[in-house]
Order: sequence, then C-alpha cells, then structure tokens
Amino acid sequence: MSTEADKTTLVTYRQALNDALRSEMSRDDKVILVGEEIGIFEGSYKITAGLLTEFGPERVRDTPIAEEGFVGAAIGAAMLGMRPVVEIMTLNFSLIAIDQIVNHAAKIYGMFGGQQSVPMVIRMPGGGGQQLAATHSQNLEVWYAHVPGLKVVAPSTPADAKALLLAAIRDDDPVIFLENLALYNTKGEVPAGDVPAEIGRAAVVKEGTDLTVIAYSRATTIAVEVARQMAEEGISVEVVDLRSLRPLDRPTICASVRKTGRAVVLEDDWLSYGIGAEISATLMEGAFDYLDAPVRRVAAAEVPLPYAKPLERRALPDAGDLRRVILELLDDTSFES
Amino acid sequence: MKQSRTAEADQLVEFYRRMVLIRKFELSADQMYKRAKVGGYCHLNLGEEASVVGLMDALRPTDYLFTNYRDHGYALMRGMDTGKVMAELFGKSTGVSKGRGGSMHLFDTEKRMLGGYGIVGGQIPPATGAALALTYRGAPGPDAEAVMCQMGDGTTNIGAFHESLNLAAVWSLPIVYVVINNRLGMGTTVEMAAGEPELYKRGASYRIPGVRADGGDVLAVRQAATEALDQARTERRPALLELMSYRLRGHSVVDPARYRSAADVETAQKADPVPALRAQLIADGTLTEKQAAAIETKVDGEVAAAVAFADAGPDPTPDQLFDYAYATPVPNAPTALPGERMVVLP
Repeated sequence: MSTEADKTTLVTYRQALNDALRSEMSRDDKVILVGEEIGIFEGSYKITAGLLTEFGPERVRDTPIAEEGFVGAAIGAAMLGMRPVVEIMTLNFSLIAIDQIVNHAAKIYGMFGGQQSVPMVIRMPGGGGQQLAATHSQNLEVWYAHVPGLKVVAPSTPADAKALLLAAIRDDDPVIFLENLALYNTKGEVPAGDVPAEIGRAAVVKEGTDLTVIAYSRATTIAVEVARQMAEEGISVEVVDLRSLRPLDRPTICASVRKTGRAVVLEDDWLSYGIGAEISATLMEGAFDYLDAPVRRVAAAEVPLPYAKPLERRALPDAGDLRRVILELLDDTSFES
Repeated sequence: MKQSRTAEADQLVEFYRRMVLIRKFELSADQMYKRAKVGGYCHLNLGEEASVVGLMDALRPTDYLFTNYRDHGYALMRGMDTGKVMAELFGKSTGVSKGRGGSMHLFDTEKRMLGGYGIVGGQIPPATGAALALTYRGAPGPDAEAVMCQMGDGTTNIGAFHESLNLAAVWSLPIVYVVINNRLGMGTTVEMAAGEPELYKRGASYRIPGVRADGGDVLAVRQAATEALDQARTERRPALLELMSYRLRGHSVVDPARYRSAADVETAQKADPVPALRAQLIADGTLTEKQAAAIETKVDGEVAAAVAFADAGPDPTPDQLFDYAYATPVPNAPTALPGERMVVLP
C-alpha cells in the first residue's frame, strides 16, 4: 500500500534544502534562520528563497558581516531554547567563526557536565570547481570532523539533503551541515513526507561485489556515475556514501570492504590528513585481513586551488581519476571480470 | 548594646558579608591550588569583590549571566552552593559542572549562570545571542528578563567584542556588557592595548551608552548596574558599564606579578574594597569590631565546610568519560580509550 509519505518528487538539492527549512519552521516556531543575506537577498545561493516573505524578518534574520558574532549569537540563542539554523555563505568564511564553533558550540554540553545542550545547525557549502580561486574553494570538513562535540553531515543527494537537514534541526547538538556548490542544481527524487535521516549512518548507495568506493558529498555523485559505467564493463563497484563524517559509520565501511576486498576513497579535500586517511586507518583495523591490496585514495592535489580553469580542473579529483585508480587496483589484484 | 540598624545599613552589612565570602573563598582556593587540590588555571576575584557583589545584587534571579574565567565570586553570588563551586575547582563529580570544567567553567542552568568561559571574549557572542532569544519571549518592560555579560579590560580589544556590540545595537538587545577594568590584561596595561583607554567610550561606535563607575564602591556598582539593566529591560537597549577596579594579585594564582611596580601594588592595596568597607562600617557605627569579626568567623566556617565537602566528594571515574559526548545520542559515536581499537572485529 502506498502512502502519501512514499510519494516522491523530482527536485533540486537546493529546493530540497529550502523545503526542509520551510517545513521545520512551520513545525516549530523555535526554529530561526540566521546569516548574511538570507532574507531580502534570499541567500547567496538562494537556499532561503521565499522564507522571509513567509516567516518574517525575526525568523529569517539577516546579519551584519560578522561570522564570529552571529555564529556565537546562535549558540547563545540555542542555549535559551531557540533552534537556530545558521547559514555561513561558504565554508571558507567559517574560519572567522571557528573559535565559536570549536571552542564553544562543541564544548558547552560536555564541559559544563551535560547541563546545557546547544541545538543549532551551521549550514555552509564547500567545494571548488567554480573558478573562485584559492580562498573560496576549500573543503575543510576534516577540521570540523576532527572535533568531538560536533556532528558533521555531508549529504550527496536531494533526498539526503532534506532528510539530514530535518535530522540536524531536530538534534540537540551542534551539527555542521556541509553542502557543496556543485550539488545545488543536481536533481533527485525526494520523498514528500518529513522523515529525518539518522545522523551517524552511512548508506550503501550502490551495491557491488568487486570493489568499494567510499565517498561523501559531491564525490559520491562521481562515484555512483563511475560505478554505473563500470557495471556495463562487467565490473561490480559498490559505493558507500558516508553521509555523516562525525560520527563516522565504521561498521558499514568495514562490512562493505570485507565483502569486496578492495577499497578506494574518493574525496574532495586535500590528501594529507584527509577524510581518506581516516577511512584507510579504519580499514586497517576493521578489514585488514580481507583486503587484497592497500587502500587507494583519490583526493585533491595539495595546492591552493588556482583560478585558471585547466589548473583548477586538474587539481580536483574527477571521474577519470577515480576510474583510472579503480582499474589500477583491479589490475594489481589480478582481477578478471 | 544592641542597636537597631536602618535597612540601608543592614544591606551594607550583608554586602560586607558577601564580599568577605568571596575574599575568603578566593584565599582558600589559592591555598588549595598550592596544595595541588586545584589544578589547571585558577583566576581569583581578589580586589574585585565590591564589583562582583554590586553587579550580582543588581541582577535578578530571572536574568542570565555570562562571565569570563575569573568567575568564582560570580558563581557564589548567583547563589550557587559554595561547596559545589569548590568541588568543581577540585575536579569532583559533586562540582557544579561535574568536574568537567574546573575553575574557569562554572555553570548552573537553574541559577541562570550560563558559564564562565576560558577563551578571552568567547562568552560575548553567546551572551549576545541569549539576549536575542529573550526578544522572542515577550515584550520589553520592567519585569522583562535581561542578560549581563562580564569581561575584563583586555577583552575590549577582541573582534568578538565589537561584533557583538554591533549586533546588540542593530538588533536592540536587552544586554548589559560589563567591563571589569583592573587596569591589567595579564601584564599588559590598558594604555598599551587600547586605542581608546577610557573603555566605556568604546560603545560609542555602536551608539551604545557607556558608564564608568568606581568598582570599589559596592553601592555605586549596584546603582550603575541597576540603571543599565532597567534600560535593557524596559527599552531593550544594550549598555556598556566599565568598573574601575584593582587586581590584588597576579593574573592567576601562579603569577607573582613581578611586572608591577611597588607603587602600583601599594595603590591596589590601598583601594582594597574589603577592609575599606569594614573600616567604614565600624567608623560609622554600623558594626562593632566584634560583630565584624563574628561575620568573618562565620564565613570562615562556610569556606571550611566547602573545602571539606569538596574533599569528600568522589572523583569522576573513567567509565563516565563519554557520559556527556552528545545531548542527542547517535549511532557510531566513538568511545575508544587511548590504545583501544575504534573498530571492534566480530
């Protein structure tokens, strides 16, 4: 029997976020939006389009350019029972607020002995590929994923964008909600109902038997595309979408690689000390005896991302890089399809 | 001879008792630090007692307080249990923050003491946001809630101070920013650090009215704080209050303050508000020497009991390490101890 909640609609990642915000603001009047240019301007990337008209300037609160100030203010508002959803224009600007995020939002619950939760969400897009040059193209998610007290999610599909944003807003801890500039216009089927996802769970988004690609955010979309192509060539690639970077769903990652025996991590951040390093270490612990070859990592080249298109394109990992590494790994392990 | 006192005199005697409580608590904390009962950093309110008592008397139980790391006196004056505050310094489970925070991080949801904060200026944006939350609770008026955010003089140079004052101004928030100007940020003087060393004027860029008061005069402090809070309640306008004060000791208990001149130390000692109020109360006949001594003895007992309570409390145990990892539990939260595997093989 199909219900209303089973119905899906094809929408963009941007629209899915907008729908989730509208839905939560309608459900709970403690939910307020805070950020630069989110009201009259409707957000730099139009995620908050229409919400000022619908909910008014007190609930869609435009701020001065003062990331440390307004992120910290959201913390204080959350301590008094509000549920602020902060938009930082891009992840790069969150560095101005990092003291409030790392030293305050992440600490208040534990450091004060569990007396005070900080139910807030910080939404921000990361990612390169838009010719925005070095300071506007970073993937610094690992900085936040490193910090106990934070939860960090990074949806790759419109359906997850909605479900994880619902979950993040209803969660009593500070949640870093990582979006990606390259995903805003991507489309996918999204359930009509408001069913939050579970933070801390990865998903096997494509099943396979020969090799596992572990990815998150934009990189997952590349991994899925490559897996589909390779299926036609008789290579069965499983794709694990992390969805949550903290906590990290180690059991799901390890279970997949124990099944396939081969692992490649695709990540948009820099290689050294990156998400892939943590995944590799996880697999050393949880799948060492099952691995047919060392884990491979496909990550961004370690340079400040250049503006010029040929350089930018070469610095960021793409489908060709992933495909090449998969083939190398299969070759190293005498794979025959 | 038993004499009846005016309500005003009674009030001053009570203020004296509170100032003595802070003084003796802090001297005890200093001793306990030297006996290694207290760890980490430990910053004392010695010399700032009149400011702390005056401010906290002006603040209502329904108001909210955020402070910096020099927070012991504020916690006590907010009505937090003396023993539990000392127990927090001792790192015990019975401490106000269950031993998770220590001296710099005293917290009590019920008393609306929303934290001592160890990062200089870190408390200012959250305090500002707390005031923002109050604007969703109801209209301004004489009974409205307000927020007080305390900080030191050096903090007025930090970006968060200026960003927060700007937010409070453009959003019309019910908050009073209080600068305890003890003239030294660690060893750096206000004149070395601040382009506008008359710190109460620093709100001018944001059209936030500033007031400077004598931090050694408990009544003057209470008066100035009450007026600023009233303005925050009824008009929802932020205020900046600067209290001129002295630090009797070093920045923290381990700082011998060798950078201070003999003359500076002498000035600070002459301005010490605790003996000053005592002398005043005896001179004007409000207290006899014996009565003053009785107050002090009683406070000695309270502080000794606090130390005994702190000493007797249990240490937190390692099995409680992850108790406050998250407010909303989620799967796969890491709980490995050093050397343990993160992934447990079946």
